[in-house]
Amino acid sequence: MMKKGWVAGIATTMAVSCVAPAAQDPPSPARQHEIVRLLQQDCGSCHGLTLKGGLGPALLPQALAGKSPEFLRDTILNGRPGTPMAPWRPFLNDVEAAWLVDRLLQGKTDAP
Amino acid sequence: MRRSVSVLFCAAVALGGCATAELRGTGDLGVIVERASGAVQVMDTTHRAPLARVTGLGDLSHASVVYSRDARYAYVFGRDGGLSKVDLLRGRLEKRIVQAGNAIGGAISQDGRLIAVSNYEPGGVRVFDAATLEAIADIPATFQNGERRSKVVGLVDAPDERFVFSLYDAGEIWVADFSDRRHPAVRKFPNAGVQPYDGTVTPDGRYYVAGLFGEDGLALLDLWNLNGGVRRVLPHYGRGEQKLPVYKMPHLDNWAMADGVAFVPAVGRNEVLIIDMRDWSEAGRITVAGQPVFVVARPDGRQVWVNFAPPNNDTVQVIDVPSRRITKILQPGKGVLHMEFTPRGEAVWLSVRDEDRVDVYATASLQRVGTLPVEKPSGIFFTARAYRIGQ
Repeated sequence: MMKKGWVAGIATTMAVSCVAPAAQDPPSPARQHEIVRLLQQDCGSCHGLTLKGGLGPALLPQALAGKSPEFLRDTILNGRPGTPMAPWRPFLNDVEAAWLVDRLLQGKTDAP
Repeated sequence: MRRSVSVLFCAAVALGGCATAELRGTGDLGVIVERASGAVQVMDTTHRAPLARVTGLGDLSHASVVYSRDARYAYVFGRDGGLSKVDLLRGRLEKRIVQAGNAIGGAISQDGRLIAVSNYEPGGVRVFDAATLEAIADIPATFQNGERRSKVVGLVDAPDERFVFSLYDAGEIWVADFSDRRHPAVRKFPNAGVQPYDGTVTPDGRYYVAGLFGEDGLALLDLWNLNGGVRRVLPHYGRGEQKLPVYKMPHLDNWAMADGVAFVPAVGRNEVLIIDMRDWSEAGRITVAGQPVFVVARPDGRQVWVNFAPPNNDTVQVIDVPSRRITKILQPGKGVLHMEFTPRGEAVWLSVRDEDRVDVYATASLQRVGTLPVEKPSGIFFTARAYRIGQ
């Protein structure tokens, strides 16, 4: 399931999220595309295709304002006990989750 | 868009008699939601052919559809609070309103005159005239002394002009009696269960059943005896074991009843639960390929078809009801989101989202007999629903 195809040396202009381990490259363009698809289709089944919320809360920048990137990354990877939010670690690694958080905070939720 | 059925037909036969060409029934029609395009396709299920594509319906992720009692109009409930009335025969949007900020589905009343919509934001139910979409009533889903509003799920119609629904955040079931349509009487059942995620009504309209996310079991309300209150069905079916993470909420679209038992999805377990309909006790469970999302019975009850949450959403399993065994495993493709049987069940249509296809399977041979191109298809709704309680 998990795809860790690190493509070394991709000259991406995408800024590496401040919460990502500095030593690691961001996800490859192909992987970024898959993550965005996961966001829209699978996260979207609770948070809405446009991330305006559903049974789960909205994930738009204004809704996430004031929440730290670390907290958001932890929520994605480990879920939130007592709520339907599931741990997505089987589908995303730390760097990928950090990249996704960065995109969410910027409101850039389309494919890069 | 706006290609009308009559125009298509006239063009095809190239005859002058358009007036006669317009004559057709709607009993074999249906609507397929294109979730990412804000469109629906009107389908002829006899010829397995699209009749029209109607666009401009807003955010249709998680959209659902009910039908007018003459089965001419489809009411499409969008995620963005949009309520759209689509004319199947003319293949066009008749009227559209945006009635809330975030919605999850709706129902049509027993007499066909009222449309109720279940809203997340603002949490509650709003009711409209089915002909004009004029606002009739607003039922805010307030709890904790009116300080909070709950998201509403599992809204269905029930006999005696009632709508029944569940309050996700409040853990309540409410019954709204619209005998006097301008002054609905709402009866509330608190402590129905933790986090009801969806609800349905049995095909006879007697029992309302809510699935619970926050605890094991289902909440059951006998609509013939409201004074009996809500009781719990299949409590502790998880046997105290740790739930698996749930990557997609299950649905209770229709009550899959067959051979005296009902089949329901377990939450957080790779199981379909079987309920004895005589006393609502557990009658068994079937281990399946993943966490079930839809568990639907062929109209005659001989088969039950199951699809799954990610990462198993490329698979469909068919349960043979008499033997309670899985007799077929299909892998139609990534993102199987919904299944709909033709009215008498000789075929089932499956939406395969990631492959932009709807596949048609014969239920006798379990072989694929057709496929149609549809952009990111999700819900499939045939007009036979017009005559079913709770749909």
